[in-house]
Amino acid sequence: MLYFANWKVLLICGVCALGVLFSLPNLLSPAQLSWLPAKIPHKQVSLGLDLRGGSYLLLEVDIAAAQREQLNSITDNVRDTLRNEKIGYTGLNVQGNAIVFTVRDADRIEDARAALGKIDSALTVDIGSDGAGKMQFSTQATDQRRQQAVDQSIEIIRRRIDETGTKEPTIQRQGQDRIFVELPGIDNPEHVKTLLGKTAKLTFQLVDTNTTLDDARRLMPAGDEILPAADTAHGGASAYVVRKKVMVGGETLVDAQVDFQNGIEPAVRFRFDTVGGKRFGDATRENVGKPFAIVLDNKVISAPVIKEAILGGSGIITGSFTTQQASDLALLLRAGALPAPITILEERTVGPDLGADSIHAGAVASIVGVALVVIFMFLFYGLFGLFADIALFFNLCLMLGSLSLLGATLTLPGIAGIALTMGMAVDANVLIYERIREEMRSGRTMLSSLEAGFTRAFGTILDSHVTTLVAGILLYWLGSGPIKGFAVTLSIGVLTSLFSAILVTRLEIVSWLRRWKPREIPL
Amino acid sequence: MIRPLIVIRRVPKIDFMRWHVYGFAFSILLGVVSIGLFGTIGLNYGIDFKGGTLIEAKTQGPADLAAMRAKLDDLHIGEASLQGFGAPDEVLIRLPEQPGGDAGQMKAVELARQALGTGIDYRRVEVVGPSVGAELIRAGGLATVLALVAILIYIWFRFEWQFGVGATISTIHDVVTTVGLFAIFQLEFNLTTLAAILTVAGYSINDTVVIYDRVREAMRKHRTMPFRDLINLALNETLSRTILTVSTVALAVLSLLFFGGEVLKGFSIAMLWGIVIGTYSSLFIAAPIIYYIQPSRRAIAREPAPADSEPGRPPTRPRSARS
Repeated sequence: MLYFANWKVLLICGVCALGVLFSLPNLLSPAQLSWLPAKIPHKQVSLGLDLRGGSYLLLEVDIAAAQREQLNSITDNVRDTLRNEKIGYTGLNVQGNAIVFTVRDADRIEDARAALGKIDSALTVDIGSDGAGKMQFSTQATDQRRQQAVDQSIEIIRRRIDETGTKEPTIQRQGQDRIFVELPGIDNPEHVKTLLGKTAKLTFQLVDTNTTLDDARRLMPAGDEILPAADTAHGGASAYVVRKKVMVGGETLVDAQVDFQNGIEPAVRFRFDTVGGKRFGDATRENVGKPFAIVLDNKVISAPVIKEAILGGSGIITGSFTTQQASDLALLLRAGALPAPITILEERTVGPDLGADSIHAGAVASIVGVALVVIFMFLFYGLFGLFADIALFFNLCLMLGSLSLLGATLTLPGIAGIALTMGMAVDANVLIYERIREEMRSGRTMLSSLEAGFTRAFGTILDSHVTTLVAGILLYWLGSGPIKGFAVTLSIGVLTSLFSAILVTRLEIVSWLRRWKPREIPL
Repeated sequence: MIRPLIVIRRVPKIDFMRWHVYGFAFSILLGVVSIGLFGTIGLNYGIDFKGGTLIEAKTQGPADLAAMRAKLDDLHIGEASLQGFGAPDEVLIRLPEQPGGDAGQMKAVELARQALGTGIDYRRVEVVGPSVGAELIRAGGLATVLALVAILIYIWFRFEWQFGVGATISTIHDVVTTVGLFAIFQLEFNLTTLAAILTVAGYSINDTVVIYDRVREAMRKHRTMPFRDLINLALNETLSRTILTVSTVALAVLSLLFFGGEVLKGFSIAMLWGIVIGTYSSLFIAAPIIYYIQPSRRAIAREPAPADSEPGRPPTRPRSARS
């Protein structure tokens, strides 16, 4: 053990030097960093939101709601198909994740199966011999749709957040149907939350003028639905009877901007793409003199009367908006509709002041902790304590260096992990030194005590490090947010301290032996 | 030559085994009380687990808790709890979980912000919906159990099963009593606390492993020594290491407790208690248990021992001569 091959010495010194080099940028301000030559690493440890301030949101994409809506629209399709084929049926409705119905005439079951099978290849059609039918998406199709809905949601959310001007947002999928959003520097996410809470599904639908609201409530005309008004405070109808058939949908919009009607009233001016423009033109030409409803998320914003065919492919939405509401609506229309509603499950926001306070508190606690441990080791082990302290210094550098290099995020619990690791790292030194003392007491020579101290303590050190590492890995695996940060520093700390306490300390002691040729060990 | 200023020269001769019955009794009492409290008054779960809203606010000038409470009560969003937090101008506001699932929680924060008005700096706002809370409890419990199982499998590989049993019992003891501490004082139990408890489990096993290592070594070395003396010997030989290590870790934890700020308080308290109880349990629970379920000496003797651990043999010197 007391012999180190040259390459080993070089390797240990090299790793230590790299640790110092990679941890160094963390001590510099951004201005100082820009002065450094390009070859020197610039990466700093990235700070978690709890340290630099910002907002974390956990969202859930309501896949079930999206599927329900889809099944509802397919139900209409099923009804039309069965009627066209003149197949008698009863009890057609959506139950859970399936469309159920009963075919009246047992002879027509085969016909029904054939006709319904053409609706959508992703749907399975089961009709029993008693005529009880069930249509649902295959598991594969459901998974694929879920995947698509979440991917699409992430894209739309990104566009919406980018429109608000938030810098460096992180938007990532988590698990099956969740998305987490990190917004650094945002200390009141209400606005973002409002924006994300809206599906922003825009449709233009004709108002049914052949019936009244009261009549429709008693007996709904086929193909109609009742939609509430978005704004009931300013007078006007509380709800409208509209045709279910959509004239044009918001997916054909290419632009939306705030505009002021008569110079004062905020409104949203929008433009269709060619297809949408043509459809809108045709629909308006055929229905001059009739009102149509502008529907956002199943609420009627306004229902103007079509004065003349609108052929220019653009239009304007008015609806007693505030300027903020109008600009939000324009933003939502530009970014596009979410494929499914989104629920916010969790919010964690840290103001910039608390973040700065936490960095300060964490730094003070770590420095005090390390200083106390350093003094303690010196008091109890003298020169060898200093050796341990030097190893501790390299350990700290290696930890910071690895965190910077891996791009790991440092959180407040992460800082606690660093402080804790510093306390635990010297355990390896304590084990070795105590062992050396014991061997000396049992009458061994200086060199063989040193040798035995290192070799015999090694097994114990390994065991104790592995147990902590296991706890760290599980914490990382199952923890979330700041806890993951703690797990990362704890686990990295365990690995670096294994290196520093055993190899670095040993190298220090061997160098000391060679240089000073001491006659006894100062322990 | 720089010598240590403080040296524990002699190996102490403390008869730990004489006290182990009291240790068992004390620990059983502590464990029963902990489980009892956990079952009756339960833990003061933070919003991480319970769901709900937590707002840390800084007011201009000393906070008028009564006025703020009145404003929040007008909202009818359940009983808000307000408490001073660190400085006189800092308030911690907790809103209970709202009806209406996940969306309901988000609404309550917005209302509270509006009611409290401007002039307040929101330092921290945390809202956890009921579905996430339930998942976090499950994941937390799972992490604790899996960590214990994984560590024990490792010990079972490295040692005889008797040591595994001892380590399990003493680690469960530490985890249970740490949870008990949080129940007695109704300290907030949140995700960070859970992380602390897992770290405590790791530390406690670490401490136990060091002692077990020595017990096993003593079993090889002193083949005829009565088991009781053997355990005492191992504990005394490792005592200075036990004390020094618990001290360095305690120094780090104490500085976190005093300087780490309010957020880390729960973590630090759990850690501090945990390392103290973990050290105690290694000495008075883990080691004495081995006395009752003695590993077979023959099995241990059969294991390949470290090259030079045989008694009476002169220490071998392989390559050391070359330096």
